[in-house]
Amino acid sequence: MSFPWANEYKPQHPLMQWVDERLPLPRFVYNAIGGGYPVPRNLNYWWNFGVLSGVALVIQIVTGIILAMHYYASVGGAFESVEHIMRDVNGGWFLRYAHMNGASFFFIVVYLHIFRGLYYGSYKAPREMVWLLGVVIFLLMMATAFMGYVLPWGQMSFWGAQVITSFFSAIPVVGEPLRQWLLGGFAPDQAALNRFFSLHYLLPFVIAAVIILHVWALHIPGSSNPTGVSVKSEQDTVPFHPYYTAKDGFGLGLFLILFVILTFFAPNLLGHPDNYIPANPLSTPAHIVPEWYFWPFYAILRAFTVDFLFIPAKLLGVLAMFGSIALLFFLPWLDTSPVRSGNYRPLFRKFFWVLLIDIAILGYCGVMPAEGPYILLGQIASAYYFAHFLIILPIVSRIEKPLALPNSITEAVTGKAAAA
Amino acid sequence: MVRLIAFLIGLFMSGWLLVSAGITTYGMITDPAKETVEAKFHKHPKHVSFKHDGLFGKYDKQQLQRGFKVFTEVCSACHSAKLVSFRDLSALGYSEDEVKAIAKGWKTEVPSINPDTGEAATRPGIAADKIPSPYANDTAARAANNNALPPDLSLITKARHNGPAYVYSLLTGYQPVPANLPKENRPGTGLHYNPYFANLNLAMAEPLTADGQVTYDDGTKATKDQMAKDVAAFLTWTAEPKMNARKAAGWVSLIFLLIFTGLTYLSYRTIWADKKKH
Repeated sequence: MSFPWANEYKPQHPLMQWVDERLPLPRFVYNAIGGGYPVPRNLNYWWNFGVLSGVALVIQIVTGIILAMHYYASVGGAFESVEHIMRDVNGGWFLRYAHMNGASFFFIVVYLHIFRGLYYGSYKAPREMVWLLGVVIFLLMMATAFMGYVLPWGQMSFWGAQVITSFFSAIPVVGEPLRQWLLGGFAPDQAALNRFFSLHYLLPFVIAAVIILHVWALHIPGSSNPTGVSVKSEQDTVPFHPYYTAKDGFGLGLFLILFVILTFFAPNLLGHPDNYIPANPLSTPAHIVPEWYFWPFYAILRAFTVDFLFIPAKLLGVLAMFGSIALLFFLPWLDTSPVRSGNYRPLFRKFFWVLLIDIAILGYCGVMPAEGPYILLGQIASAYYFAHFLIILPIVSRIEKPLALPNSITEAVTGKAAAA
Repeated sequence: MVRLIAFLIGLFMSGWLLVSAGITTYGMITDPAKETVEAKFHKHPKHVSFKHDGLFGKYDKQQLQRGFKVFTEVCSACHSAKLVSFRDLSALGYSEDEVKAIAKGWKTEVPSINPDTGEAATRPGIAADKIPSPYANDTAARAANNNALPPDLSLITKARHNGPAYVYSLLTGYQPVPANLPKENRPGTGLHYNPYFANLNLAMAEPLTADGQVTYDDGTKATKDQMAKDVAAFLTWTAEPKMNARKAAGWVSLIFLLIFTGLTYLSYRTIWADKKKH
């Protein structure tokens, strides 16, 4: 693992020596995120979002554990216990708003992290496993966020749970029994709330475990970089600490500034007012919309309005929605271009930006009511989404003529050939 | 093989979506969506500004006290605010004794049991109590209000888009029924026309009917507009009682983070100084 010129851990203090000989945990940390991990010297700010995602998870776990000390998972008491946190728990309003907006910030940094991977071809050999584990983390995050949104037991909590769990009833034959088994009833109720709370507490730790695998897999080939050219010599790298700890520290400052602005000055901006109304199974909200990070997928779900032969449109929509994420698992084998970085792929780059605009349009369609023009726009945007990954990308990587790559990372940075 | 299967799936997905898009377009042409009456007559909340707006805005305690008086004398006849405790009212500038007096004198007593017989009873409120609801339960509330349930007002300004302006607009928005309103959308018995309400017809009769309906203690002229504004401010406070503390903590955090980020930027530049050029 890692490069031959990586710094070796040399404990200075006798105590650390003693620990290192018996349990080399300090050595492990040093090699993972310390001076013992050589990293390409040319990483730009887009490489900050991995560390920031980790920070966002820690914020969620810390605020979440304290919130769970005051929260009460009962259909009769959950809503009031959240308001008890907001009104009567010391600093409770801060914990709750930080947790609420922390989820949004977690998704913001993870989306930027994913887009960076897509643009710079971070999913390509030899980093396929890093990418696959990343998609697993993304799926776990979505499940965790969904179940967390149900816990306050407001109107959107309840009706969101109703809509999401109804996906399972689209499965032929076993669908409806499966849905009832998952919910522990015919509709979201006490049984569902209890298990959602249990799983919402469990999954973040599963995410943390998969992150460890994600970072482990990353350390085998080492970090990718904006040129996509592999590390060739010691000149191409700098130790993670202090170089990237310093840069990530600065990135963390910027992240926290934005986080604080939203949490303290516009805490409900990204939320939906209906979730301040207690859940009422007898009153359906005019528009059921998920949180903003699910909008594009919600648009894909609703884009299927026509049955295909014997397959009902609802089942197609559910398959497409899960498929839109599942196809990311195959991305390393769909994009066959040997050049990693979008900087040297003129045609790929154009389609990448089209994809970003397409996802933004999908998000817009996801939040708007399911009416004519938005459905139509969502259908066209969904068609492009699938075509992009499944048809365009494989063809582009075959016909594209990439630009000339620099000989080494050092040459790309300094403009001259490596000395050694 | 992976690419071939992907290509076929992609072709099916995109193809079927485009076919569906064609059918959607056909449907839009042959059966264009008609503008609903609600969309035509419904109005967005009026623009209204408060002292507590903005990044530096703090609650105006005088206004909150006036709003509380409107709530006590008008709204609370039908609406509850069951998430608010009497003790919370000290944030409005009331002394401990005043809070106790408000709790004790509240028009509805707190449900209790008779300590001797165990039978249901009521007792006067104390500061630690939540504000008692005007009705014993939702069924009683509906029975007294033509089968409409007056919603709890504790969170109303956070439970509606642009909540404070919504409350203000609704209270000042009662109007004569427009002549061109279709028959099926005209208010039925016990309903009242109000274009700021989503389906235009509201079970609540106009609550603020005349200037001077409430007598303010601070001498402010109790116009209908003033009362609506004050009670909207009060209900903003009931929904977000910690707003002052939140904004203050926000500024402290922000100033700290600006300094922290400045320092991390400088250390980043210093550490990288030898790597940037050669």
